Amino acid sequence: MTTSSHRPAWVEPPNPVVTTIKGVVIGLILLIMIYPLAYVILNSFASPNATTTAGLIPSEWSFSSYSAIFKGGIVQRSLIVSILITLVGTALSLAVTATLAYALTKTRQVPGVRPALYLVLLTMIFSAGIIPNYLVVKAFGLLDSYWSLIIPVLASAFNVVVMRNFFMQLPRELFEAARIDGAGELSIFIKIVLPLSKAVLAVIGLFYAVSYWNSFFNAMLYLNDSSKWPIQLVLNSYVLQGQSMSSMNNTEMYNLPSSQSVQMAVVVLATIPILVVYPFLQKYFTKGVLTGAIKG
Amino acid sequence: MDRETVVTHPDATTLIRPNPQSSPPSGRIRRLAHALRQHKVIYLLLLPGMLYFLAFHYLPLAGVSIAFMDYSPFLGLSGSTWSGLDNFAKLFDDPEFVGTVRNTLIISFLQIAFAFPAPILLALLLNSLLSERVKRMVQAVVYLPHFLSWVIVIAVWQQVLGGAGALADLFQRLGLDGVNVMANAETFKILLTSQVIWKDVGWGTIIFFAAIASIPTQLYESAAVDGAGSLRRTWHITLPGILPVIVLLLILRLGNVLSVGFEQILLQQPSVGGEAAQVLDTFVYFRGVLGGDWGIGAAAGLLKGAIGTLLIVAANRIARRTGSEGLF
Repeated sequence: MTTSSHRPAWVEPPNPVVTTIKGVVIGLILLIMIYPLAYVILNSFASPNATTTAGLIPSEWSFSSYSAIFKGGIVQRSLIVSILITLVGTALSLAVTATLAYALTKTRQVPGVRPALYLVLLTMIFSAGIIPNYLVVKAFGLLDSYWSLIIPVLASAFNVVVMRNFFMQLPRELFEAARIDGAGELSIFIKIVLPLSKAVLAVIGLFYAVSYWNSFFNAMLYLNDSSKWPIQLVLNSYVLQGQSMSSMNNTEMYNLPSSQSVQMAVVVLATIPILVVYPFLQKYFTKGVLTGAIKG
Repeated sequence: MDRETVVTHPDATTLIRPNPQSSPPSGRIRRLAHALRQHKVIYLLLLPGMLYFLAFHYLPLAGVSIAFMDYSPFLGLSGSTWSGLDNFAKLFDDPEFVGTVRNTLIISFLQIAFAFPAPILLALLLNSLLSERVKRMVQAVVYLPHFLSWVIVIAVWQQVLGGAGALADLFQRLGLDGVNVMANAETFKILLTSQVIWKDVGWGTIIFFAAIASIPTQLYESAAVDGAGSLRRTWHITLPGILPVIVLLLILRLGNVLSVGFEQILLQQPSVGGEAAQVLDTFVYFRGVLGGDWGIGAAAGLLKGAIGTLLIVAANRIARRTGSEGLF
C-alpha cells in the first residue's frame, strides 16, 4: 500500500492507463508552454546566415546578434531607458504605496481617513478612459517626458489594499510598546512597520517592477520621440511591425542586420529581467498576496 | 484624553501658539485644525498617495465631458463648444462602431467559453497528480507567461507561427502550403483566445488551487471509503467545493464583457486589419487619439466605461445573492 509516499492510504493505487494519459497531456502542455520560449532563446544565438528551421538548435552558433545590438543604437538605449524607468518607478511606487497604505490603516483613529480609503477603493471599479487620461497627462505637461511612464501609474489601488491588509495584521502590542517609549507615528512606521513588512514590500515591489518593465501602451500614447522609447516599444516596431532600425531613427545610422536572429535577440533581452525575477515572484505570489486580496 | 495627547506631542505645542485668529473659528473648523495638528504625520503620509489618486483617477473624470463636446485640442476644454448628444448619435450611425461592438462581444464570448474554463480544468488535472514534485514543476512553467508583456508574447508567437517561423518551416518540409495564422483575419479571434489561454491559464489556476485546498480532506476520505473512485470524487466533492469561486469569477468576467485584451489586439491589428480586430478600446484610440475625432472617441470610451462599471456593480450584487462574498 505504501508504494508512493505522497499517496494517502485511502487513495487507490494509480491506474496505469489513466497515469499514461495524464502524463501525455502534461507533457503536451509543457511542450506548448516551453517550446516557443526555448525556440526563441536558442535561435537568437544562430549566426545571421543560418537558415531558420523549426529545430531548437541552430545550425551555426554565434553571438553576432547580441554584439550587433550592443554596438550601440536604439535597442541598447531603450534597454537603458527601461532599466531606469523600472528602478525609479518601482522605488517611487513603493514609497507612495507604503505611506498611503499605512495612513489608511488609521480609519478609526484619524478623521478623514475612512473617506480617503473609499476614494482609493472606488478607483478599482471605474476608469475615465484613454482620452480623459491623455488630456490630464497633457495638461500636466508630461507628454514626451519619461515621467509620463511613471507618474500616471504611480500606485494601484489593488496593491495599496494588499499592503494595508498586511499592515493591519501586524501585532498591535508592538506599536503600543513603542508609543509608550515615546516613539512618534513616523518612527513607528519607519522603525517597526517597514522592517516587519519586508516580505510584502518585496512582492509588491516585484509586481510594480514587472509592470514598469512591461509598460507598453502608455509609452506609445505619451512618447512621440522614438529616441525616448523603452524596450517594449522598440520591440513592437522592430519585431512585430517589421520596421528596420534605421528608418526608426535617422539621427543614428548604424546597420543592425534585419535577420531573424537579431529579432529574437531583442525579444530575449526584453524577457531576461522577467526570467531573473520570476523565481522570487513565484516564491511569494502563491502565498498570502492573492488570498489576502480576495478577502480584502 | 485628547487634550493630553496634544500637549505631550512635541510639535503640537509649538503649532498651537502661532495661530492667533481674530474671529473665533466655528467648532467644525477648530476640530479640523485640531485633528490636523494631532495627526500631522498621518496626514503627511496620506498626502502623496491621495494626490496621485485624485490627479490621475478622479481629475480625468472631468475630461469625460468632451464626449458631449465638439472638442478641438487647440481650443481646449473651455474653448470648445457643447454639442449635446451629437457624438453619440454619430457613433450609432457609424457602421464601423457597430462592427466594433460586434467584434468586442464575439471575442469576449469566445474567451468566456474557452479561456475561462481552461484554468479550472488545468487545476483539476494538476490536483489529481500524486507527485508533488511534478505538480510544482508544471506550476513553475505555466505561471511564467503571465509575467511576460503582450509585446513579448506576440513576438514569440510570431517567431513560431508567423510567415517565417518554425511552423512555416515544418509545413514546407512536409510539402504543405503553410498558412500564416498570425496574419489570418478569419481565424484571428481564435488566435486571440489561444494566446490568452497560453499566457494566463497557469495564473488562473492559483485561485482554484486555493479553493481546492480549503476543501476538507475527510470528505475525500469518507467518499473513498464509500467506494467513490477518483473521477466521482472530483465530480461530487472537488467541483461543488470550488463552485462558489467559479460562479463569482464567471459573474465578474461577465461584468467585464466589454473589455477584451486591449494591448494584445492593438499590437496585432496591423497584421490582420481593422475589420477583424477593431474592438471598443482600439476604436477609442484610433478614432480619438490618432484620428483626431476626440469627441466621438470619448463618447465611445464613456459608453464602454459606464456600461462596464454598471455591469461590474450588478455582477457583484448577483454574486452576493448567490451566497459568495462578492468583491466589495
